Amino acid sequence: MTAVAQRPAAVRVRRGGRAAWAGAGLAVVVVAVLGYLPLLTTRGTQVQLVGLFSLVVLGTMWNLLAGYGGMVSIGQQAYIGIGGYGLVYLASTVGVDPFLAVPVAAVVCAVVAWPISYLAFRLAGGYFAIGTWVIAEVVRLLVTQVDALGAGSGASLTGFAGLEPTYRIAYVYWMSLGIVVLVVGGVYLLMRSRLGLALTAIRDEPTAAGSLGVAVTRAKRLVYVAAAAGCGLAGAMVVANTLRVQPGSAFSVDYSAMMIFIVVIGGIGTIEGPIIGALVFYALQDSLADLGNWYLVVVGVVAIAVTLLAPRGLWGLTRGRVELFPTGYRTGSR
Amino acid sequence: MSALLEVDAVDVSYGDAQALFGLSVTVAEGETLAVIGANGAGKSTLLKTVAGVVRPRRGDVRLDGASLSGVPAHRRVGRGIAMSPEGRRLFPSLTVEENLLVGAHSRRPGPWALDAVYALFPLVAERRARSAANLSGGEQQAVAIGRALMANPRLLLLDEVSLGLAPVVVAQLYAALPQITAQGTTVLVVEQDVHQALAVADRVQCLLEGRTVLEGPADRVDTAALSAAYFGVDA
Amino acid sequence: MSWVNAVVQGILLGGLYALVAAGLSLVFGVMRIVNLAHGVLAVLAAFGAYVLGDTLGLHPFLALLVVVPVMAAVGYGLQRGLLNRALGGGELAPLLVTFGLAVVLQNALLEAFSADSRRLDLGSLGTASIPVTDGLAVGVFPLLAAVTGVVVIAAIGQFLARTATGRAMRATSDDRDAAALMGIDGRHLYGVATAIALATVAIAGVFLGARSTFDPAAGGTTLIFAFEAVVIGGLGSLWGTLLGGVVLGVAQAVGAAVDPAYGVLAGHVVFLVVLATRPRGLLPSAVTA
Ligand SMILES: Nc1ncnc2c1ncn2[C@@H]1O[C@H](COP(=O)(O)OP(=O)(O)OP(=O)(O)O)[C@@H](O)[C@H]1O
Ligand SMILES: [Mg+2]
Repeated sequence: MTAVAQRPAAVRVRRGGRAAWAGAGLAVVVVAVLGYLPLLTTRGTQVQLVGLFSLVVLGTMWNLLAGYGGMVSIGQQAYIGIGGYGLVYLASTVGVDPFLAVPVAAVVCAVVAWPISYLAFRLAGGYFAIGTWVIAEVVRLLVTQVDALGAGSGASLTGFAGLEPTYRIAYVYWMSLGIVVLVVGGVYLLMRSRLGLALTAIRDEPTAAGSLGVAVTRAKRLVYVAAAAGCGLAGAMVVANTLRVQPGSAFSVDYSAMMIFIVVIGGIGTIEGPIIGALVFYALQDSLADLGNWYLVVVGVVAIAVTLLAPRGLWGLTRGRVELFPTGYRTGSR
Repeated sequence: MSALLEVDAVDVSYGDAQALFGLSVTVAEGETLAVIGANGAGKSTLLKTVAGVVRPRRGDVRLDGASLSGVPAHRRVGRGIAMSPEGRRLFPSLTVEENLLVGAHSRRPGPWALDAVYALFPLVAERRARSAANLSGGEQQAVAIGRALMANPRLLLLDEVSLGLAPVVVAQLYAALPQITAQGTTVLVVEQDVHQALAVADRVQCLLEGRTVLEGPADRVDTAALSAAYFGVDA
Repeated sequence: MSWVNAVVQGILLGGLYALVAAGLSLVFGVMRIVNLAHGVLAVLAAFGAYVLGDTLGLHPFLALLVVVPVMAAVGYGLQRGLLNRALGGGELAPLLVTFGLAVVLQNALLEAFSADSRRLDLGSLGTASIPVTDGLAVGVFPLLAAVTGVVVIAAIGQFLARTATGRAMRATSDDRDAAALMGIDGRHLYGVATAIALATVAIAGVFLGARSTFDPAAGGTTLIFAFEAVVIGGLGSLWGTLLGGVVLGVAQAVGAAVDPAYGVLAGHVVFLVVLATRPRGLLPSAVTA
């Protein structure tokens, strides 16, 4: 084989570089500014921004699943709903402090997701996708049967009683911002770890990665469980923001549609993509609100077009030139 | 004799790796040409280029003087090019007979049909109802050749008939070749087994790293020069 | 007697689920993609029949004569124009594109027809029934629907086994590149497969729409039921899919007989139990088709 002779003589492996430092600096500044906002803005603005934060978390989680783990799920609403219902149940019925109940609800999601993964992983590709949806439907149907959770009509979050709305909203805002930092930062660190390398290997060459001894299923299971916890956080965040949870909306497959569009439009398989996608989706949502259902038609058409014509999404248009959060290794000959 | 196939100075690459460098091959109507060469010489790439599986970056492939550029692989069958690919590539979930019938998908008229193929390879006839997944290597190769014949090709491309087979089996398979060429079929055969190639071919062309290093009539070629060309050393 | 009745209704319903599932299986078998818009396309066909009934007064059965060929043409166009492109874009692309399509179609239907539930009007056929014993009567239409399901599935099976195009589909499913060397145009063949899938799903959609109510959001459950039938029966086996559809239909009917709220849930539970205990389905098949 002649290929051997063509290997470059000197290879330098590096990650990031100047852009990565700039990215880290930018992230710190953005978070600091966002953290300061409750002192400057109205409650309404903060409530809206929490909605945006939840989109960022959801997009990041779906990207972790599909972009890094190669698993297309259309059933993450199972964990969004469990997160939301978990918060309400713990805070309103058990009496746990809501701000403590949020992480606990996420842990509940992870604990539920772990055994479920054994079922879901019996299916692959598109059948895995529908399988996750069935599981979400089962959870929804079960929740609607439980009177303690308000059955079909849902329940309200009452645990904040005694907290003045101004403070409540600001605290929820800061908590949500903290969750965004945790989730995005967590995925970034995860992808830079050994596990991240293994995941990249799985995505690029599943059979080869398997034979190389990478514990493919273990890595995927970890991703699935982590994504469940993240979606649980997002679900709890939404409920803490709106103070209300209903089975129809908390377990709605529309969440999956949203997550997919955010990731596809922003750029799948990148840290930045879901953030950009969430911003775009949020902006569209606001400006196209009058269109009613046509809005989702438009977003769907855009997502199809992006998948076919620019599969690396909006962020992909810049990628190769800028990489604020580099997760992969780049090689270049000296 | 007029040229049925003209491969004219083609460059072929897989991504960044170039496999053929300005390679030209001409096969006259009714002729049998053997292309030989070591592993990675570009023999299969040449056949895939003729069959339309890979596209040349430069150069042209002509059948009967008409350019085939832009003609996809599946349409070339209708024009009379059929291939028995490297590794046989039978359809494992189909029976032997179904594999043969798929070969006739383009419905080109001609002498080859189930009966004729069964007469050519009686062993295949015995296995007709069996799943193609459960055949020996020699049986698979016979089916693969028969399947290509079912398209009634003017030009038959055979890629490494001998691959992984015992010499006796290889000899049996090649014994069928005269009956194929007797129908006027032009054959382009790729072989690593030089003796086998010389025995069946009218002409031989030796490739090395994507270029022709030697060519000549099969019965007059200097074997010392040929083996030197084959391995790329100076004679 | 109500139990027997529930089981009989479930079996008959299962024939229709299997019919939706057959198209899903066919497309998966030939090109290894799962069309996530499959359920919405069934609903689209039902709306097509609804419009024909509403404007021209066509009986749903007559509407089939229009809806089925139109859906077949839509399927061919969809495959050639959209899905073949997605196939070249890696493993995720077909899923993302078909999911996007499902969302687009569902919301377009929602805009066009609102979220109201509708039902196709069968006229006198809708109420006709054949008494079997004192307490048990089988509806003529449910019986007809189930028989149609079985006949169409058998026809797909024969098509794959006996015709040249069916053979070419199985060959392409095995090895698309080798099939191209036999003169088979994969893109066209994929178009034909999707055309058949949508023709059958159109039949199923119209029958389902006449059997019970539907609305633009019904595509999701339709897709899920088809998928459950496929997995319960065993991937790649048409008769397995029929069995899977029947098992699912019976589970739902019996569940609903216990408590109307448990119908769909009972089906899901049976699906999950099969997935846990017999992941290859009840009738696993070595051959994919
Ligand atoms: N699909 C492919 N992708 C990348 N490179 C390829 C591919 N197929 C062949 N090559 C390269 O092209 C060159 C020629 O390969 P080809 O298969 O034509 O050789 P060959 O003469 O048929 O060898 P063999 O006798 O081993 O079959 C080789 O260097 C090979 O590594
Ligand atoms: Mg070769």
